[in-house]
Amino acid sequence: MKVSFWGTRGSLAAPSPETVRYGGNTSCVSVEGSDKTVLVLDAGTGIRSLGWVLPIDLKQIHILLTHLHMDHIQGLPFFAPLRRQGVEIHIWGPASTTLSLSSRLQKYLSPPLFPVSVRELAATLHFHELPDQLHVMEIGEFKVNAQLIIHPNPTIGYRIECEHAAVTYLPDHEPALGARDFPRETEWTSGFALAEGSDLLIHDAQYTEEEYPDRVGFGHSTVRQAFLFAQLAKVKHFVPFHYDPTHSDAELDRMFAEAMSEIKPSYAMTPSREGLSLEVVC
Amino acid sequence: MPQQEIEVILARHLSEYLVMPIFIVNPAGDLVFYNEPAETILGQSYSETGLMPASEWSTVFNPVDSQGRPIPPEELPLVIALQERHPAHKIIWIHGLDGVAREIGVTAFPLIGQAERFLGAIAIFWEISTK
Repeated sequence: MKVSFWGTRGSLAAPSPETVRYGGNTSCVSVEGSDKTVLVLDAGTGIRSLGWVLPIDLKQIHILLTHLHMDHIQGLPFFAPLRRQGVEIHIWGPASTTLSLSSRLQKYLSPPLFPVSVRELAATLHFHELPDQLHVMEIGEFKVNAQLIIHPNPTIGYRIECEHAAVTYLPDHEPALGARDFPRETEWTSGFALAEGSDLLIHDAQYTEEEYPDRVGFGHSTVRQAFLFAQLAKVKHFVPFHYDPTHSDAELDRMFAEAMSEIKPSYAMTPSREGLSLEVVC
Repeated sequence: MPQQEIEVILARHLSEYLVMPIFIVNPAGDLVFYNEPAETILGQSYSETGLMPASEWSTVFNPVDSQGRPIPPEELPLVIALQERHPAHKIIWIHGLDGVAREIGVTAFPLIGQAERFLGAIAIFWEISTK
């Protein structure tokens, strides 16, 4: 499967000469299979560029939302296939305890926050609420495991499997929240069941160690925590993601170099950046 | 051990910061976690025991009512919360492993997560008096 990065930033889009290398758009990753199944992971501002390059004759697209914070849905109405008749778009994501996924999304896709409502989109939309009781769904050639992870408001992590490989996507994740020690036993670590043994782990790497004490409970990890989580889960390849909007390219380079030097991971590490594509052999 | 559900992990994290003894049991009734204050009731630490089957933890203390009559398991709040899936509260007397008789209020409630997933139950113990 081909994993492509269209937006790697967290919280807020951050276009600037200082962020041009890792990118300024918010979360969006595409996963394409050999049978042309297309999964879109989150709909941050990066999804706009993806919409331009998807084949015009693609008739079915699955958008897997981890949660409904603005940096993960802001690009949705700018996704070109939504304005094409005859396109079927399946949106998967978390309901709340009182509102459906559709109702929650319509809070954004309605005035005064946005002028166009869901009803006015040309594509046919299907909503699928997660987590369900089984956690696992079949989407085209992929088996997708969806489970709740630690982040404010219901948030889903995804593990996407093809025949011989797995990619795990945990863009907003604070497994160290409240834990007296981290990393702790795998049984008591959020996200472990999804990430265990993944060929590719895309994981939240928002903060420095110095920033974290003032941001505990915001739902994000430090770069160091993300490296340790990847180690605990015994992944083969770790991709830091969801960068803080205040971190420049130079700052991110320094953060990754420090973590590599301290942790000396046994896995490969490639920082995500807009335009990066990684091939995972199924 | 497979990873616990996220709601159970968060419940454990919360219990580690509270002074009230707290038990967390899974849908089968097995004790999957208890915090440090609960160790005085069980007489053992979680790090020593790990998961404890229902048959084991329910016999550690012999709950009795104010008249000294044994309380059958089906009347214990935690069992009610698990089996009937609604909150329950009861005043009981127990003898901890330290030999002290304690009058304890027990509040138990079922843990029901997103999508109505039944995840087990939580019991909180409130010490009222000792003899």
